Amino acid sequence: MPELPWGPFLWRLERRAAPSAAMRIAAPLIAAAAMLATSFLIFAFLGKDPLNALDVFFIEPLNSLYGWGELLLKATPLALCGLGLALGFSANVWNIGAEGQLTLGAICGGGVALYWGDILGPLALPVTLLAGVAGGAAWAAIPAYLRTRFNTSEILVSLMLVYIAQLLLTYLLHGVWRDPEGFNFPQSRAFDERILLPLLYDGQRANLAFPMMLGLAALSWVFSSRLFAGYRMRVGGQAPAAAAYAGFSERRNVWLALMIGGGAAGLAGVCEVVGPIGRLQLDISPGYGFAAIIVAFVGRLHAIGIVLAALLMSLLYLGGESVQLGLQLPAAVTGLFQGMLLFYLLAADLFVGFRLRRVLRVSEARA
Amino acid sequence: MNVEFLAAVVTGTVVAATPLIYAALGELIAERAGVLNLGVEGMMLVGALAAFSVGVGSGSLLLGYLAAVCASMLLALLFAVLTLSLQTNQVATGLALTLFGLGLSAFAGRKFTGLPIQGLRPMWIPGLSHLPVAGPLLFRFDAAVYGSILLYFAVDHVLNRTRAGLRLRAVGESPAIAHALGQPVLLTRYAAVLFGGATSGIAGAYLSTALTPMWVEGMSAGRGWIALALVVFATWKPLRVLLGAYLFGGVTILQLHAQGLGLGVPSEILSMLPYAATIVVLVIICRDPKTILLNQPASLGKSFHPDV
Repeated sequence: MPELPWGPFLWRLERRAAPSAAMRIAAPLIAAAAMLATSFLIFAFLGKDPLNALDVFFIEPLNSLYGWGELLLKATPLALCGLGLALGFSANVWNIGAEGQLTLGAICGGGVALYWGDILGPLALPVTLLAGVAGGAAWAAIPAYLRTRFNTSEILVSLMLVYIAQLLLTYLLHGVWRDPEGFNFPQSRAFDERILLPLLYDGQRANLAFPMMLGLAALSWVFSSRLFAGYRMRVGGQAPAAAAYAGFSERRNVWLALMIGGGAAGLAGVCEVVGPIGRLQLDISPGYGFAAIIVAFVGRLHAIGIVLAALLMSLLYLGGESVQLGLQLPAAVTGLFQGMLLFYLLAADLFVGFRLRRVLRVSEARA
Repeated sequence: MNVEFLAAVVTGTVVAATPLIYAALGELIAERAGVLNLGVEGMMLVGALAAFSVGVGSGSLLLGYLAAVCASMLLALLFAVLTLSLQTNQVATGLALTLFGLGLSAFAGRKFTGLPIQGLRPMWIPGLSHLPVAGPLLFRFDAAVYGSILLYFAVDHVLNRTRAGLRLRAVGESPAIAHALGQPVLLTRYAAVLFGGATSGIAGAYLSTALTPMWVEGMSAGRGWIALALVVFATWKPLRVLLGAYLFGGVTILQLHAQGLGLGVPSEILSMLPYAATIVVLVIICRDPKTILLNQPASLGKSFHPDV
C-alpha cells in the first residue's frame, strides 16, 4: 500500500491483524454521512440553499403521520428484496434480477386476485400472497436451474429475465388483462377491496406488509445465524474450498438462495399490487429490486441492518419526491444519491481490513 | 427477396451490432487482464448522455463522442481505484457503477429528454458507395461502424500479436507470477479498465446519436449486460465477439421486421427475443464446463495487490 505524505508524518495503510468489527458497523454510517455531505454540495451547486434543500429532502417528508406511513410503505419491498438478496450474496450467489422476480410476483398474485378474488372469500388474500411468492420463486428457478445444470452465470440470466418479465406484464396489460372499461389504458381493473392488505392506521398508506416483513426479517436472522442450512451457505460464500471439503453442496446453496430471494421479491411485488396500487399496471416498482442490492450491502447482509438500510433508502425516495414538489429539482436525484451511498460504502469498507498508521519520515528518524 | 429489403436487414443488423461490438471489445480487454467490470451498462448510459448533451450543445458530434469517452473513462477510473487500489469486491463495485450511472444519467439528463439531434450520417465513399449491390450493402455506413471493425482488428492484433498483449494476458492468467516477473500488474489492469471505459463511452454515444438519435432515461435497455454476455459467448476471443454481435444485431432486426409484417405474434413477445437469445447462447456456451475453464482468464474477478 502506498505511503501518503500528510503533515510532518507519513501515513501508511496497514492491514489489520483481524477485520475490525467496529468498522464493519461504522462503515455504513460513514457512507451515509459522506452521502449527506455530497448532497449538501450538489444542492449548493444546483443553486439551492443547501440547508433548506436538506430540510426539504430529509426532514419535511416525515412531518406528518402520512409521511411516516410512506416511509414504512416504501421500505417494505426494499427490505423484502434486500433480505432475500443478502442471503444469496453471503453465499456468493449473485441474483441481481429481483426486479423481475418482483414483477412476476405481481403478475401471478394479480392474476389470482383478478380471476378468483371473488370466489375464494376469506382465503383470497392469503392465496394471492402465496401465488406472488410462487411466481417470484418460479422466475428465480430459471437462473437456479441454468446455473446448477448448465453452469450459466446467474448474474446475466437473472438480469435478462428482468426485461422479459416487464415485457410479459406489458403484453398482459395490452391484451387479455386490460380493463375493458379503462379507456384503453394498459392497466387491469381494480381489485376487489376485500382482497387488499389492511392498513395499519387510517390516514396513511402503510399496510400489513410492513409487520409481515419484520417477521420475515426475524426468520431470516434465525435462518442465517442459527440454522445449519444458513451456516452452510455462509461457508460456501466465504470459503468455497472449505465448504467443498466439508461436503456442503453448492447446488443446494444456489437453489436455496434463489428460491428464497425470488420468493421474497415475489412477495414484495404482490404486496405492492394488493397494497397501495390496488390493480395491475405497467409501473409497479420504481426499481425496488435494483435498489435492494444497495440495501443488502448497506445493511451488511444482516437482517437488522437491512431493515434500517431499507428505511434510509425509502427516505431517499421520499426526499426525491419532496424536492421535486418543493424545489422543482428532478426526482431522479434519488438514484444519484442511492448510487453514491453504495460507492461510499465500498470505499469505507477499506478500513474494515486496513487502518491508517502514522510513521515518522525517514529523514527525521535519522536525525 | 430484393436488394432494398436485403440492404435494410443488413444495415439494420450492422447498426444494431455496432454498440455491442464497442462495449464487448472493451470489456474483453478488461476481462483478459483479470478484471470483471459489471458497470458497462452504467458507463454506456453516461456516455450516451454525454455525447447527446455535448452534441446538442456544441453542434459537433465529434466533440460529443470525445465527451462520451472522457465521461465513461472517469467512471471506469472510479471503478479501477476502488477495485484495484482499494481492493473492493469487483462484482459489488461493478453493480454499484451501473446503479450510479443509471441514477446520474437520469438526473443530469432531464433537460435533454425530447430534444432533437442531427444524428450520425452515413459516409459516402466516392466510387464504392455507388456500386450496384455492394454499395448499399457494404459502403453506406457511418464512420462509427467502420471504426468498430478497425477496433476489432486493433484489439485482435494487440492482444495476440504484440508484447503488450502478451503482458496483458499474463496479468489476467496469473497476476502473482506476472508480478514476480516484474510486470506492472496494477498499471496494466488500470489501462485495461480505462480502455473498457472508453469503448463503453463510444457504445453509449452510438446509441444516442446514431441508433436512436435522442436521449431517453435508461435507453441502453440492457445492452451493456448483453455485451457482458457476448464476452462469455465469445469465449474471450475478439473474432467471436464480432460474430456474436452481428448475430445479436440480426435477431434484433429480424424481430423488428417480424413486428412490421404482423405475423400474429404479439410485439411484446417478439421484443423478448434478444434477451431470450442471450440466455440461450449463454447456456450453449457454458454447458460444457471445460469450454469455460480453458478460455476464461484464470484470475477473472479476483483481487490482487502486489504489496499485500
